[in-house]
Amino acid sequence: MKKLIRLLLTLLCLTIVLGGCAAKNGEQTVATDGSTSMEKVIGALGEVFMQENEGVKFTYNPTGSGSGISAVAEGRCDIGLSSRSLKDEEKAQGLTETVLAYDGIAIIVNPNNPIDDLTVEQIADIYTGKITNWAELGGNDGEIVVIGREANSGTRDGFESITGTKDKCVYRQELTATGDVITSVSQNENAIGYASLAAIKDSVKAIKVNSIVVSEENVKNGTYLIQRPFVLVTKSDKELSPTAQKFFDFALSAEARDIISKAGAVPAN
Amino acid sequence: MLFLFTGLITVGFVLVITAYLFISGLPAIKEIGIKEFLLGKRWASSASQPSYGILPFILTSIYGTAGAIALGVPIGFFTAVYLSKFADKRVKSLMQKAVGVLAGIPSVVYGLIGMLVLVPTVRKVFNLSDGSSLFAAIIILAIMILPSIIKVSITALDSVPEEYEQGSLALGATKIETVFKVSVPTARSGIAAAVVLAIGRAIGEAMAVMMVSGNASSNMPTLFGSVRFLTTAIASEMAYSSGLQRQALFSIALVLYFFILLINAVLNLILKREHH
Repeated sequence: MKKLIRLLLTLLCLTIVLGGCAAKNGEQTVATDGSTSMEKVIGALGEVFMQENEGVKFTYNPTGSGSGISAVAEGRCDIGLSSRSLKDEEKAQGLTETVLAYDGIAIIVNPNNPIDDLTVEQIADIYTGKITNWAELGGNDGEIVVIGREANSGTRDGFESITGTKDKCVYRQELTATGDVITSVSQNENAIGYASLAAIKDSVKAIKVNSIVVSEENVKNGTYLIQRPFVLVTKSDKELSPTAQKFFDFALSAEARDIISKAGAVPAN
Repeated sequence: MLFLFTGLITVGFVLVITAYLFISGLPAIKEIGIKEFLLGKRWASSASQPSYGILPFILTSIYGTAGAIALGVPIGFFTAVYLSKFADKRVKSLMQKAVGVLAGIPSVVYGLIGMLVLVPTVRKVFNLSDGSSLFAAIIILAIMILPSIIKVSITALDSVPEEYEQGSLALGATKIETVFKVSVPTARSGIAAAVVLAIGRAIGEAMAVMMVSGNASSNMPTLFGSVRFLTTAIASEMAYSSGLQRQALFSIALVLYFFILLINAVLNLILKREHH
């Protein structure tokens, strides 16, 4: 019994000590939560922000757009990150969106695939199963392997709403990470997939859409059609903490533009 | 006193998890309708008109586990028989260490190797457009359950009293006859326990199968088609889910939990029968 009491006391002490620490650091923090696609952009912004403001702790929790939006709605973070525009029901919960940047969604195929230009309609037909063989598009004979992301992924939502294929896509593979999509496409000559422009590697080939190359410039000037917003989500009725407000202003400032560009997205301001 | 306390902590975890699964899993089943949920063939959780049928997932989990057992049990069983009854002492210790390592490899590593080596191989060997399929998942699962089959079977075979085997040999039976007609039947409950453990491991695996099975949401399972397991259905959508979709994922977890309970009940039954 004595031992048990001692154990419990130790635990109690630990809780107090650790809890105390957390409270002390809790004064100057910016907590962000949300889209995994925004990792590069928000990570770069956070790093610079922390360098410029000593003593401020910046955190980013890569949980996905949906989780980030509910986190900010429930007050679990300062700023939610979403790689899609807010739905009406989410705006009705008292949330405001501010577009931080635009992200081009690249359509990728295996480097050995001769196809290098498709129209948005052709891409939509491939994803909805109307076109099932590369030969129909002038490529090699081979059944098209349609690869996409899991339900509720920001990239999938962006891709499907832009191409008008929402709820109609016939996927062969639904993968849970951008990296998995790229790896799978690089492994299979018949595969087609989509991924953030910022994440594209040499192991896959990004094709032209309506004869427009996917590039930062073309995303920004709007000629490349498959793109989506990166959004900062805040509560409409509650002011940000001074530190969070400072970060919010910094992210939309001219200074942040270079950082966002370097991270592979196209700044909105 | 301290021991009782630690024991209570374990039991407490089981109770909390069970209660939590029921509380968060039941509302969605109620809202969707149990028949619609368990027997529905279409899962489209993020569609504008969502549909929550998990029959494809249930069948995939059953087929996948059955396939892994069909492949893994014979290999694991004969390995265990060889290591316990025929192998040289040094070979036995070496191979047991190898099996131990196999058991310790994280499932994400199985998945990664599956994705980069197994999936392209399946595609080439069977001349398919894509190799990620139920078949690839079965192979990965069969390898992953080998350690539990081998380890538990060896323990069971090793504990067969030597007198039984010596008696059999003295009566003129050959070594092979002795092993398969005396040792194995004596150890049968232990071997059965090994199989049940393996079923539990296979049905609960998520990470590795998610990376090789294609994960398409509404396909009825076919051997070379893209499929989604109960576990991967939860894992692949949990991060982004909200509302009824999230509740439905907990309902899937509840279904999975029932499968595990069933398997545990079978295991207890086997072990109990042994005592009588």
